[in-house]
Amino acid sequence: MSAVFDSLSRFYASSIGKKILVALTGAALVVFVLGHMIGNLLVFAGPDAINEYGHLLQTALHGGGVWIARLGLLAAVGIHIIATIQLTRQNRAARLDRYGKEASQVSSKSSRTMIWSGLTILAFIIYHLLHFTVRVGNEYNSAAYKTTLHGEEVHNVYKMVIDGFSWAPASIFYVIAMLLLSSHLSHGVSSLFQTLGLATHRTEPLFKKLGHAFALLIVVGNCSIPLAILVFGYGR
Amino acid sequence: MSLLNLQLKVWRQNQGQPGHFQEIQARGIPDHASFLEMMDIVNERLIKDGSDPVAFDHDCREGICGMCSMTINGIPHGPEKATTTCQLHMRKFRDGDTIWIEPFRARAFPVIKDLIVDRGAFDRIQQAGGYVTVRTGAAPDANSILVGKEVADAAMDAAACIGCGACVAACKNASAMLFVSAKAGQLNSLPQGQPEKDRRTLGMVRQMDKEGFGNCTNQYECEAACPKEISVRWITKMNRDYAIASAKEAFVGTTERTEGGE
Amino acid sequence: MSLDSKTPSGPMALRWSKHKQDSKLINPKNKRKYTVIVVGSGLAGASAAATLSELGYQVKCFCFQDSPRRAHSIAAQGGINAAKNYQNDGDSVHRLFYDTVKGGDFRARESNVHRLAEESVNIIDQCAAQGVPFAREYGGGLANRSFGGAQVSRTFYARGQTGQQLLLGAYSSLNKEIARGGVKMYSRTEMLDVVVVDGHAKGIITRDLVTGAIESHAGDTVLLCTGGYGNVFYLSTNAMGCNVTATWRAHRKGAYFANPCYTQIHPTCIPVSGDYQSKLTLMSESLRNDGRIWVPKKKEDCGKPATQIAEEDRDYFLERKYPSFGNLAPRDISSRAAKEACDAGLGVGPGGRGVYLDFAEAIGQFGQKTIAERYGNLFEMYEKITGESGYKQPMRIYPAVHYTMGGLWVDYNLMSSLPGLHVLGEANFSDHGANRLGASALMQGLADGYFVIPTTIAPYLVTQKPGAVTTSHPEFQKALEDARARTNRLLNVKGKRSVDSFHRELGLLVWDKCGMARDKAGLNEALKRIPELREEFWSNVVVPGSGSAANPELEKAGRVADFMEFGELLCLDAREREESCGGHFRTEHQYPDGEAKRDDENYCYAAAWEYTGDLSKPTLNKEQLTFEEVHLQVRSYK
Repeated sequence: MSAVFDSLSRFYASSIGKKILVALTGAALVVFVLGHMIGNLLVFAGPDAINEYGHLLQTALHGGGVWIARLGLLAAVGIHIIATIQLTRQNRAARLDRYGKEASQVSSKSSRTMIWSGLTILAFIIYHLLHFTVRVGNEYNSAAYKTTLHGEEVHNVYKMVIDGFSWAPASIFYVIAMLLLSSHLSHGVSSLFQTLGLATHRTEPLFKKLGHAFALLIVVGNCSIPLAILVFGYGR
Repeated sequence: MSLLNLQLKVWRQNQGQPGHFQEIQARGIPDHASFLEMMDIVNERLIKDGSDPVAFDHDCREGICGMCSMTINGIPHGPEKATTTCQLHMRKFRDGDTIWIEPFRARAFPVIKDLIVDRGAFDRIQQAGGYVTVRTGAAPDANSILVGKEVADAAMDAAACIGCGACVAACKNASAMLFVSAKAGQLNSLPQGQPEKDRRTLGMVRQMDKEGFGNCTNQYECEAACPKEISVRWITKMNRDYAIASAKEAFVGTTERTEGGE
Repeated sequence: MSLDSKTPSGPMALRWSKHKQDSKLINPKNKRKYTVIVVGSGLAGASAAATLSELGYQVKCFCFQDSPRRAHSIAAQGGINAAKNYQNDGDSVHRLFYDTVKGGDFRARESNVHRLAEESVNIIDQCAAQGVPFAREYGGGLANRSFGGAQVSRTFYARGQTGQQLLLGAYSSLNKEIARGGVKMYSRTEMLDVVVVDGHAKGIITRDLVTGAIESHAGDTVLLCTGGYGNVFYLSTNAMGCNVTATWRAHRKGAYFANPCYTQIHPTCIPVSGDYQSKLTLMSESLRNDGRIWVPKKKEDCGKPATQIAEEDRDYFLERKYPSFGNLAPRDISSRAAKEACDAGLGVGPGGRGVYLDFAEAIGQFGQKTIAERYGNLFEMYEKITGESGYKQPMRIYPAVHYTMGGLWVDYNLMSSLPGLHVLGEANFSDHGANRLGASALMQGLADGYFVIPTTIAPYLVTQKPGAVTTSHPEFQKALEDARARTNRLLNVKGKRSVDSFHRELGLLVWDKCGMARDKAGLNEALKRIPELREEFWSNVVVPGSGSAANPELEKAGRVADFMEFGELLCLDAREREESCGGHFRTEHQYPDGEAKRDDENYCYAAAWEYTGDLSKPTLNKEQLTFEEVHLQVRSYK
């Protein structure tokens, strides 16, 4: 038993081990981000569609589903962040003296700012959870945000989203966060194939394009909601 | 042939002491000279003036020994692709240019003097598994080990690494992944290297970590700076080999390994 | 002193086996008690250190580079010969032996060459097992190419990096032994002297090139694997750090220096472009397969762009002089012909030291694409260095020194005339005679290290009580003080001229008088000038910095000081040898058509020079060479 744990802790202690965990948790988060966006886009299908979707998430497995997902996501985010912070600290320590003249030949700006885009996204996630999940500092938990669906009283997700994004600062922060997420993904998605040892000479260019396309998809899809509401008055 | 007047900003440092940039005017440098010959000319003048010449590593001056090691204008071995400092020629620069000349910077490459750094970490990584355990005289006939041409060619691609350390110097994390992966990858991809593959991968990666190199963040500055154009796909392979070796180490016992034919 | 080569008797093909059988062995428990000092970590040094450690000896290995992997063996491009006969083209150990003796112009020791040919096959097995990525056929077997001086295809290669790959193989074995604790490696450590105790080499004095510390190391035997002395010419294809110090210091302590005048010139190097030039770069001889070599017929055309010189105004001198071999005439002959053209004022490029290597006709015939496929990397290299495209205008080439066949005299056991001092690889004189064939240097270095010395070291060691001498012996103290005094002396001259300027002057002089062609008058001039230059060096050199830290100028100064002494012996040997053979061409000794004229009656010996304390008056010892298997004959390439 301890031999197994010794080996696993050595794996985590190693540079490649941590990176593999970052890639695996990153992959999980990529899937989540996609699913979350698709769900959110139901807002364009009208109040009933998104409210039903919200209700489904809340009641799956007798209400346990959402908690399993939340714990899973929390673990993924936690490992992703802790490991990257440790890696970043090691990386800084590995190059104590900086060059008098810095230059880079092929690395993208996104790849050089992963830790900053990542930490800003973390700040956004906390705000986002407080805003729409815990719903502090707003009325979203009040009776005004209940509605009836198929004879059941459910949370009015639709109204919450419309009202939430009608407040310009929230939308602007959201859009900024999505742009950073897109930057993060544009390096992260193709990068995870490399770290997991899955890229080949043939597939690497495809993964790279896939990463860029995915990042674009996420930013367009997610930003369409606040922009539609705030700029074009959708649902207001 | 024309002559160039250049302004050099050269890193000067004595072992264990903080360093600084020294500005040196390099006038009348023939554009046919190599970069190191330019340094020779500069040094000759410094010696004449009674100053301390700039110490730098160099040996074969034909791009194969891996000894030369300057970061020129922020890029290890300078701006020309697939070229070591010793093969870089002054015609790549213009009259009036300012040239920054710095050592290969990394915590794992401590400065010995000026532009000379200690790359002993590379030797220690190789000692941790970068070999096939074969006793002299115990080898079978060379043609009894068949290696397909494609495999042999790929192994040669990895083996072309000259161990100069430009990959470390170019990486913003001072990671040695390109070097280590090329060295491990050469042997891990050949039949001769199979029996020790896992042991080699684990040993070399652990020694790499111990030496204080950073981690790979998949930005591939290493590949761009590599004078032998070693591909980052070797890093992909090492990530894979390491994951498999770690999993086996954690979950597979000796009996199962025996069954697996190892 | 009489030179006993300790060559075994009996049929040539059985001598090495017999010798191995007759050699004394040391049992494994006792091997551990012996310390072997290996200086140099190239093919010979690394392979010897690794193998001796595998056998159980305690090994200390030294190199001046920052890593043993960087020794100059890495620069060898072409390949390594082995009599595997994988091509089924009639190769055999005997044929490789024959080609090497003949290629060496009958100035090598037959028994040694036969042993080399025998071991060649084991080298390939060993290297393949280490994972050296040799070129392969699709079926997975090893590929071969053909090389100069042979009619069979027996050269194994790893792209254009055979030397580097073989060295990395030896280095990997060395690493294995370092990790196991059998070898203690000292990088960035330069040997300054050999320590002799009671007539035996028992240790060395070294300088730590990082801290400047001068230290001593004791052992039961010392192996010098320190390469050749080509840098006496300043400009050569050798690495900047290659030097004669280890072998020269050993010579001063009693090891005979044999045949220093045998230096090899490679015809296809990139010419010198100016006086700042620090080194010459070799391009593969294969270029001569498709390139045509010429110079202008008229001096006034030399300054014109090559493309403006009319066809009838060009002299394709190799095709003219050697119609059957043409541009593929052997190295020494092509080199001399180029020199003659330049001496006649017909050279091209800076300083008139170059001839054209023209691909226009080949490009016209096969197309640029085909030529690029064959030689693309060489054209690229040429363009990198010269800034000119070999596709658009002819390349310029000129011969350069790139290997030295001479070296410390050794017996069949690779032991020098100084007991306990063994010499391996290019540093010894034994296997190539007066001229080395292509792809044979790598073979010799590895044969000596992997297979010869592990057997031949025991007969010496059994006569020695292990660990009997330690560094506390007074001889070590004395040698340490001598080395410190010499270092201080270099630092305290505080003159006006840099080390490089002296080296450059010495190199030019030796190249001019004792380079591709030599004559008595020129050698006499050099012999007069070298001692003067040496004196000036010791009174006017400037070595900045101190001895107690990294100081590259001090390193160079020590090496150049030794070249200043060695250069004189080189010229003395060249003057003494009144014949032309292999890499040694005396203009007085040639046939009317300009071919080298060997004198087997008077000079069929290895000249082993003994240091007497007077640099100008060494004693000549002769080892007569006998040829039992390969009969003496004239080399002709008409």
